[in-house]
Amino acid sequence: MKQKLEAIRQEALNAINNADVSSELEALRVRYLGKKGELKAVLNQMGKLSAEERPAMGQLANEVKAAVNDALAAQAKRLEEAALNKRLENETLDVTIPGEPVELGHKHPISIVLDEVKDIFIGMGFTVAEGPEIELAEYNFTRLNTEEGHPGREWTDTFYITPGDKDPKNDAVLLRSQTSPMQVRVMEAQKPPIRIVAPGRVYRKDEADATHSPMFHQIEGMVVDKNVTMADLKGTLNEVIKSLYGEESVTRFRPHHFPFTEPSCEVDVQCFACKGKGCSVCKGEGWIEVLGAGMIHPKVLKGCNIDTDVYSGWAFGMGVERLAMMRFGINNLKLCFENDVRFLEQF
Amino acid sequence: MILSRNWLNEFVPNVSAADLSDKEFSDALTISGSKVETVTDLSAEFKNVVVGRIVELTRHPNSDHMWICQIDVGDEVTHICTGAWNVHVGDLIPVAKHNSLLPGGVKITKGKLRGEKSNGMLCSLKELALDERDFPYAVIKAAAILNNYHPIDPAKPSISPDIKAGDKIFGSVLAGEVLSVTTVGYRAYELSVSLGETTVTLSTDCSNIHEGDLLAVNTAANTVCTLADLHAEQKEFPNCIEDGIFILNEDDVKPGDDIRPIIGADDHIVEFEITPNRPDCLSVIGLAREASVTFHQPLNLHTPEVKGTDGTSIIDDLDVEIEDPELCPRYTARMVKNVKIAPSPKWMRERLRASGVRPINNIVDITNYVMLEYGQPMHAFDFSCVEGGKLVIRRAREGEVIQTLDGTDRKLTTNMLCICDVNKPVCVAGVMGGANSEILGDTAAVVFESANFNGVSVRRTATALGMRTEASGRYEKGLDPMNTYLGVQRACELVELLGCGEVVDGILDVIAADQNPTTLPLEPDKINRLLGTEIDRETMVDILERLGFTLEGDTILVPSWRSDVEHYSDIAEEVARFYGYNNLPTTLMRGDTTRGGLSDKQKAEKKVSETCQAMGYSEIMTYSFISPSYYDKIRLPQESALRNSIRILNPLGEDTSIMRTTAIPSMLETMVRNYNHGNKAVRLFELARIYLPQEGAVLANEKQQVILGAYGNNASFFQLKGCVDALLKQFQIQVEYRATRTNATFHPGRCAELLLNGNVIGVLGEIHPLTIRNYDVDGAFYVAQLDFNSILEAKGGVTVYKPLPRFPAVSRDIAVVCDKDIPVGALRASIEKGAKGLVQEIELFDIYTGAPIPAGKKSVAFSLKLRHDDRTLTDAEADEDIQAVLAQLREDFGAVLR
Repeated sequence: MKQKLEAIRQEALNAINNADVSSELEALRVRYLGKKGELKAVLNQMGKLSAEERPAMGQLANEVKAAVNDALAAQAKRLEEAALNKRLENETLDVTIPGEPVELGHKHPISIVLDEVKDIFIGMGFTVAEGPEIELAEYNFTRLNTEEGHPGREWTDTFYITPGDKDPKNDAVLLRSQTSPMQVRVMEAQKPPIRIVAPGRVYRKDEADATHSPMFHQIEGMVVDKNVTMADLKGTLNEVIKSLYGEESVTRFRPHHFPFTEPSCEVDVQCFACKGKGCSVCKGEGWIEVLGAGMIHPKVLKGCNIDTDVYSGWAFGMGVERLAMMRFGINNLKLCFENDVRFLEQF
Repeated sequence: MILSRNWLNEFVPNVSAADLSDKEFSDALTISGSKVETVTDLSAEFKNVVVGRIVELTRHPNSDHMWICQIDVGDEVTHICTGAWNVHVGDLIPVAKHNSLLPGGVKITKGKLRGEKSNGMLCSLKELALDERDFPYAVIKAAAILNNYHPIDPAKPSISPDIKAGDKIFGSVLAGEVLSVTTVGYRAYELSVSLGETTVTLSTDCSNIHEGDLLAVNTAANTVCTLADLHAEQKEFPNCIEDGIFILNEDDVKPGDDIRPIIGADDHIVEFEITPNRPDCLSVIGLAREASVTFHQPLNLHTPEVKGTDGTSIIDDLDVEIEDPELCPRYTARMVKNVKIAPSPKWMRERLRASGVRPINNIVDITNYVMLEYGQPMHAFDFSCVEGGKLVIRRAREGEVIQTLDGTDRKLTTNMLCICDVNKPVCVAGVMGGANSEILGDTAAVVFESANFNGVSVRRTATALGMRTEASGRYEKGLDPMNTYLGVQRACELVELLGCGEVVDGILDVIAADQNPTTLPLEPDKINRLLGTEIDRETMVDILERLGFTLEGDTILVPSWRSDVEHYSDIAEEVARFYGYNNLPTTLMRGDTTRGGLSDKQKAEKKVSETCQAMGYSEIMTYSFISPSYYDKIRLPQESALRNSIRILNPLGEDTSIMRTTAIPSMLETMVRNYNHGNKAVRLFELARIYLPQEGAVLANEKQQVILGAYGNNASFFQLKGCVDALLKQFQIQVEYRATRTNATFHPGRCAELLLNGNVIGVLGEIHPLTIRNYDVDGAFYVAQLDFNSILEAKGGVTVYKPLPRFPAVSRDIAVVCDKDIPVGALRASIEKGAKGLVQEIELFDIYTGAPIPAGKKSVAFSLKLRHDDRTLTDAEADEDIQAVLAQLREDFGAVLR
């Protein structure tokens, strides 16, 4: 009997390990372990054994049964894995085939830069002010301490809509030549503390070429409050420039002249290409001019009924196209207004 | 402003190129407010160029026109070939030695010329980047050397090739052979010439004659003939040219000396960008003052002194009347008699040249010198041309014409200020002198004018006449009226120094109004409050005083040349400039915090942009101004209100002359440009500003339009409509579409108006073939235009969540047959009307015409979703609703279930 059980074990394990479909396994289970299976048939003869032999045989029979069960489970698992592997193999893709195209639109490079600058200032507690592009000479010039006779007011420089009649220096209508009139409009409408940026289109009588356009964008900013100092201007603009040009940016403040700020300055950033040695990017200067700024001129503040003994302010302005051209390496401004999709799609 | 550092050294010590490198110099001045644009080290243009002396001169054995020179260059005698004929033994000449550098990056190395070694090059003025105006003495005169004669027609030579000494050329002109040449002075030679039988001695200043040459000798005048004397053309004597090596005629020059200091090429030229508020810095003295404060050095100014002559006074001969004192606040003049016009001395020419001004003659050079030194434009004119002994400074009369020094006739207008005699203008004030009073070689008496003119008037005159000059460029910034006196005195001092005339006593000086100096209180606390600093009073006073401000107690007297200083903030800038902008502290903003962020409108703009981009539309930026013809191109009706555009009075051109009232032309232009560039498919959008005139208002009503455009890659009406719906959905807006056949821009069968609460807020459609033909292209272009301001007004607020359905929906598809021209929108409305409240979604899924549908009919299929919020629907309930829907469709349109 012992030999029989061993034979069953031998035979069953062989058959199970050679099975290659799961249905075959089920048949083997029935054949060996089923109610009418071979093991049962052997066990049915246990009665013929002596009482001494019986426990040992019983133990052996259980061992055989367990071995067959284990073998069945192991083989079933193997078969399942094989089947899965085969399926995965069959489902394998050429991952180098291009994906299905998704056509996203693109933001205009000038908008990209404008939004970036706006976001920096919004993060510092600024709001965004907007105003008319068709503007009065009063706001564009007179109240910005730019009196009659200033070259910027000439018809060769600024586009006019009407020459004005009663008081031409103020009531002439023009296309604003700068975003600075927003300084006056905001100070008229709002009490300090004021923190605004004013982006927008401006117009100057320049023929379009690689670096000029009769229409372009500026962004203006202004802070008016008690105890505002030139040191604040420096501190704030330094932070802005670091956000725009990178944490390592080195700046230089240099005296300059604008009619509506005093003291005035221009801010240079050390050329990122040559680190100040001088190269073709910075035209050998080692520095690149990035914006103009200054303390708001007392005449401008007074003109908006702001008490200069209590309040002071600073303002800055920068050309957006210049910044975009520098940022993206655009070498011809015309591209920005031609709007060829092959250009737009690069941003 | 171009500054010669050598010139600056005259006024400020310890700032020379030896003390400070160009970089140190320009960085410091840039930081203190005088921005340096470029610096040129003239000496860097030269290397290894020295003075040489010709010790031996022999003809080149293998050339008919070259010479071999043995040249003493100080440390050796070297061997150089030259093709120039004006050199002689003993001449001092510039020599570019082996491995030398000349202006323009020209490198000279040794080599062989027709078999003869040559260890460098002898230099002409041009090769040193100079010309005869820089060294007027170096003008070369050439004799006609008969050996060099090349007849125009070889068959008919005017001079026989066999000609020999003594032969007659014509009249008293005979051929002569040079037996010897002796240099007797600079460009002065004594020749011994054989005329065959006889030998004569001749003097000449032609420098191209050497022993053995055959000359044409005028025996009557005892002179050597030039090409002009023989009426010969240059090509007949190709090598007898008035050009050649620069023969030096300088004191204390010896072989081996560096050429640079001799020709003024040891200077460093600095170009400044001077801001318009600082015309005082358009002068050497103005920049010297800035440099002295920047580098903490004294400023050594000198007061011009004029000896004058006894006896006559200018007042006796000349009178001045200012008719328009507003345009001419001051007019100062002096006179010089017995003028000797000649080139000015080398030091003056060098400084002028370094400052970018060409030397002309002593009197003209003096005016330019004073302008550069003091920033005071000067004009010199011939006194003999002033009729009536009187100068009148007045506006030009209607129709007056003046020929300016550049030889152009200028029509003057009554806005232009002129310096006139009793009859005619002699000068356009502050711009350019008249040809009628030009300083010429025979001028005997000169009037030096040093005047102050109104800057705006000068600028407008110069612009109107199209001639901006060095003088007008200075005047237009507004100059210091106190400077005219110094200017005229300095000019007269220079006249005496140069010995070019006798200064007549007396000064004409007419001042319209005395100017008191501007005074300001010195308020150190206020300045520190503005700058965020703690600079002490002494430091401020020191800076101001060194800049020429005077302090009387706490009162600051602003110098006359600083008319830009009017407020405490201007004083603050002066202090900050020299304290150093970069030494100011940096602080972050203090004070009350403010809440930053975008307004609702700005957020909506952002959403429009982001949504359009997500749908594949790229942002464009187009000009706000367009051509009036663009309205014709989009077939806008003549009576359309949109044709009422705001017009620019002074546009760049017709194409950019009106402010747009619609963004459609800009979008079409952009799409067509892309199409013409071969871009197969584009999707574009712009949030475009438009400018509408407002009745009764001065300014425009500036609104925004969202404009979308598409062509190619399955662009279609419905594709664009889908995008418009999606965009509006972002704002919780649903519009009604109404077919319109009357918008001439669009295809009459493919155009819809967008209605919101009964108002038209936009239009969508395919561009009319006739419209697109106006752009010379052909194809299907789609455009949607939406009024952004209406979107902004109608947009929904915060989304309120609706519970998700708890019970399943029942789907039913229906297909009905109806007349072909019934719009789907109407069928849909009918379904909504008929349903009894269970239909939640209606989706069109098919439109079919053709067999078996009868002609003139169509089948339209909808998928309906029915649901009850509180329970699961039974089939019977759903059927009831569907029946009601079908009944409604039948009633409204006779549509029957297919």
